Order: sequence, then C-alpha cells, then structure tokens
Amino acid sequence: MLKLLATNLSLLIDGISYGMVLFLISVGLTVTLGVMRVANLAHCGFAMVGGYVAFALTAQAGMGFIPALVIAILAVTALGLVLELTLYRWVYSTSQLGQILMTIGLAFVMVASVNLAFGSSTQAINVPSWLQGTWEGAAVTLSRYRAFIIAVGVAVGAVLWLGLEFTVFGAQLRAAVDNPRMARSIGINVPRVFAWTFALGCGLAALGGVIGTPILPLDPYYALRLLVPVLMVIAVGGLGSLTGSLGAALALGIIDTFGRYYVPAAGAFVIYLTVVIVLLLRPQGLFVRS
Amino acid sequence: MATSAAPRDFRENFSRHGFTWLDLAPFVLIVALYVLADSYVPLGTQIITMIIFALSLDLVLGYGGVESMGQAALYGAGAYAAGIFALRVSPEPILGILVAGVVGAIVALVTGPVVLRARGITLVMMTLAVATMMLELANAMQWLTGGADGLYGFEMKPLLGLFSFDLNGHTAYWYAAALFLIVFLVCKAIVNSPFGLTIRGIRENPVRMQLLGVPVLRRLIMLYAISGFFAGVAGGLSAQVTQIVALDSFSFILSGNVLVMLILGGTGSLNGAILGAILFVVVSDRAAAVSPFHWLFALGIGLILTVRYAPRGLVGLFQGRARDR
Repeated sequence: MLKLLATNLSLLIDGISYGMVLFLISVGLTVTLGVMRVANLAHCGFAMVGGYVAFALTAQAGMGFIPALVIAILAVTALGLVLELTLYRWVYSTSQLGQILMTIGLAFVMVASVNLAFGSSTQAINVPSWLQGTWEGAAVTLSRYRAFIIAVGVAVGAVLWLGLEFTVFGAQLRAAVDNPRMARSIGINVPRVFAWTFALGCGLAALGGVIGTPILPLDPYYALRLLVPVLMVIAVGGLGSLTGSLGAALALGIIDTFGRYYVPAAGAFVIYLTVVIVLLLRPQGLFVRS
Repeated sequence: MATSAAPRDFRENFSRHGFTWLDLAPFVLIVALYVLADSYVPLGTQIITMIIFALSLDLVLGYGGVESMGQAALYGAGAYAAGIFALRVSPEPILGILVAGVVGAIVALVTGPVVLRARGITLVMMTLAVATMMLELANAMQWLTGGADGLYGFEMKPLLGLFSFDLNGHTAYWYAAALFLIVFLVCKAIVNSPFGLTIRGIRENPVRMQLLGVPVLRRLIMLYAISGFFAGVAGGLSAQVTQIVALDSFSFILSGNVLVMLILGGTGSLNGAILGAILFVVVSDRAAAVSPFHWLFALGIGLILTVRYAPRGLVGLFQGRARDR
C-alpha cells in the first residue's frame, strides 16, 4: 500500500516536472498565437537553439550551468527580437497558410543549422553537482533536479502573473490584446509591446529547452518533434490563456507520465486520446469560457 | 496584426478548371523521358508517385482550404495496406492498389470528423497528431508492420497477368503513369463538379456556405476521404514499386515535403501540384544525395522566399505574367 503510494507520488512528480517544461516552452507561443494571431511553428526551434547554446557553453567552453543558462536565455531573447523585427514582418503580412509555411521554413533552417554545428547525435546538458542526487523521504525519493524544474516553473508562472497584473508593461500588453486600435489611440506603442512579448516568449522557451534536457534530450529534430506536444498544450489550454496553458501543460505531463507507466502497451496513445476527447467536448480549449 | 490575404480575383475562384493543351504536357514528358532517358525511368516513377500524392493534398488544401500538415498519415496507411496485402493476402497489384486507396480513405473517414471540426492552429495540431499517432501505431504493431525494420519481403504478381515488374522498372513506370492518368482525370472531374464548386465555396467562406444550407463538415469529410483514397494510392504505388515500406512513410518530413511541392507549384490548380512535384523530386534527388541537412537548409529558405515573393507558386507567376501581357 505504502509502496503503491510512493510509486504514484514519484510518477506525479515526474509528470509535474515534465508539465512544467512543457509550460515554459509553450507559454511564449500561446501568447503570440492568442495575441498576435501568428501561427509560429518555429517556436520550439527557439527552445532547441537555447538548449544547444547552453550545451556549447557548458560542455565545450567549460562554463558553469547557471551562467550558461542565463547567457542562453539572453541570446535567444535577442535572436527572437531580431527575427521579430525582420523576418516576422513578412510572416505577419501573409495569410494563415503562409504563416505556417514560413515558420516551418524557419524551423527547417534551425534544424539544419543545429545539425551543421553540433552533429545529429543526441545531447544532454550536464547537470551541476549541487542539483544531482536525491532527497530521501520516508518512502519517497525526490530527485533534486526535478524539484529544481518544478521550482523554476512555479517561479516563472508567478513572475508572469505578477508582471501581467502589476507592471506598466503588463497593463500595456493586456490593453493591446483586448483592443489594439484603442491601445494605439492612447499612445501605447503596440508593435513594440508585441516585439518584446515575442522576444520574452522565445527566452522562456530557451529556459525550458535548457533545463528540460534531462527529460527532452537535444537533437536536431527537437524543433519538429516537440511541435505536437506543445501545440496540444496550447489547443487544450485555449489560445492566449496563461493559466490555461499552465493547467493544460501540467495535466498533459501528468497524464502522459501515468499513461506510459500503467499502460505501456498503449505507449503514447493515452495522451492523444485524452486530447481528442477534450477537444471534441470543448473545441475552444479546457480553460476558456465559451 | 495579421491581415488576411487579399482575396483572389472573384471570377477565378469559381471559373471552370477545364482541360487545356497544358494538361497534355506531363504525359508528353512521361513518353519523352521513356524514349530519351531510359536510365531515369525509376526516378520518373518516383516523380509520378509524388505527383499523385501532391494532387491528393491539392484537393484538401488547394481546393478545400484545409491546412493539413499530416498528409503522410494517409500516404503511409496506403503504403502499409499495400505491403501487408501483398504479403498476406494476394500479390495482385491492381487489387492491392485499390486496397491501399480504400484504407487511405478509411483513415481519412475515421479521423476526418475529429480533425476537420477544428480550425486554424488546432487543425494543424490535429493533423500533425494523427500522423504521429499512425507512426507510433505502426511502430507498436511490429508483428504486422515490421516496426522500425520496415516491411519487406513481398513480391508483386505480373500486372494484368502479362507484364512482370522488371528490374529496370519499365512496367512500374507505365503502371504509375496509368494510375496518374486515372487520378488526374478523376481530380479534374471532381473539381469541376458541383461538389467541387461547393468545396471552393467552403474555402472562400465556410460560414456563408453553412448559411446557404450546405452541410460544411460533411462535405469536407467527403473531400478528405477522396483525398485519402488518392494519398493511399500514392503510398500503395510506392510500396509496390520499391517493395519496402518504412516507418518514415508517416514522417513529418514527408508531410512537409509534399506541402512544399504544392506551395512551390501553386495551390488550387492541379497543374501546380504536378509542376511542384516534378521540380521538387528532381532537385531533391540531386541535393539530398550531396547533403541532406544542407538540403533542408535550402528548403527552409526556399519556403520562406516562395511564400514571400510567389505566394501562388510558380503557376501563379506564369499566370500573372500572362495576364500582364
């Protein structure tokens, strides 16, 4: 009985940490999709680039984990900002199909570039010693790294919420989302707000990509492979909803982990079936009031 | 922020896509390749297979406006159906290709009601998810599909009992060409039929079509099933000709490639699918042999530039120039 409880508890922790990584990677995309109506299929590519930057800094340049993480986030934020101001101007001005194709094209370029630079084998970033090992409880062992992921996820969620609710930038963003024309009329520089939002979303994806490597190892096809789970989070959570994507990411992470453990024969199907049923019942997503 | 694309010329949307002399061009090419460049016949077969596949996507995407990113789900289903049918039931090729088409259509019929209900990014996700699910399924059902090793070891009976599939691929070439002719004629008939006009209407304005009393979802499912049949035929043809089916028949790269072919050629005109598939397979055959990842890089850049500078594909460029004159 106690053993069963312990198993379920550690499955739950695994599921939550997987969900947190999914949340970090998808939160930027849900904002760009909901706010700017841009189907940015290259988004997971930003997570991948972040992961590879941190990998290069730690494994190849011998830098510590935390400085590498910070530099990777800053680099990807800058990359996101530059692309938003250049390539994404084209993306914004085309049809929805055009947006999908252009951003898939960008994802292809990212896949190819990463492969040229790092080769096609699977890589993971070495976890620093102070994050290795486990804490032993009464019946449960808690991996320090999993706890770290969950803590980062909670912190990011809290900062995002506080930032949106209580800062001027958050207020400007909310205004721009609700009514871009009105926001412009009262002097908010809407394109600049969107550009920064986009760049910050890319930076968050990079954070998820870096700290998620033990769960989602890096390889050149990362950008395409992760598209399905991330889009599932966004569709289930509802476009543009922060709390929605947090809830959906956690739910999908937990269901997927439990599904793979208890019904190994069905493998990944549990999660797909769940998503299909949810979307049949609530096409707008679980967390959006219809 | 995103502005919707400027509507095309209104008359063009509902004009008849009747036969022109241009439609003869691919068939002239097929004969010319056979006469002039015998050694390229296997590549020719591959091109024809991809043309059929691109036509199937043109029906849903070009005519129906459904942004499918998982067309390989239907192609792979057809490929595995043809392979398994040849291995376990009968090596009769024509029966096999029909089975492949029907299985493709069944997969479309089963997934269509779920997928086509969605719009926008959710639809993209659903089509992607269906293809991923099919890949996982084929991987899990190793006893039937051979899993990661692929499905092989089946041989085809002579076509019509007369022409055996020879090593230099001549039978396969003419078999593919005949299938292409049939698929092309049926596609022409479909897009010019009242059903085809309805589909184009749904692409332009689904809400209005619904208000006019058209059962939009049912029409789209029907279209998806027809497309599934042709995609299944393309997959089945590839399985029968190469006598191997690999898991990457379901891969995202394949779905992406066929999308690129269609975009390159131009959507919604059948000719675009044909032109795009020819160009894509010829170029990728050369480029991918040199370096697959350099090729992917060029593909990405090409995709971005095509959408930017030739949103209606090469066919659109030609038509635009003809009108300016």
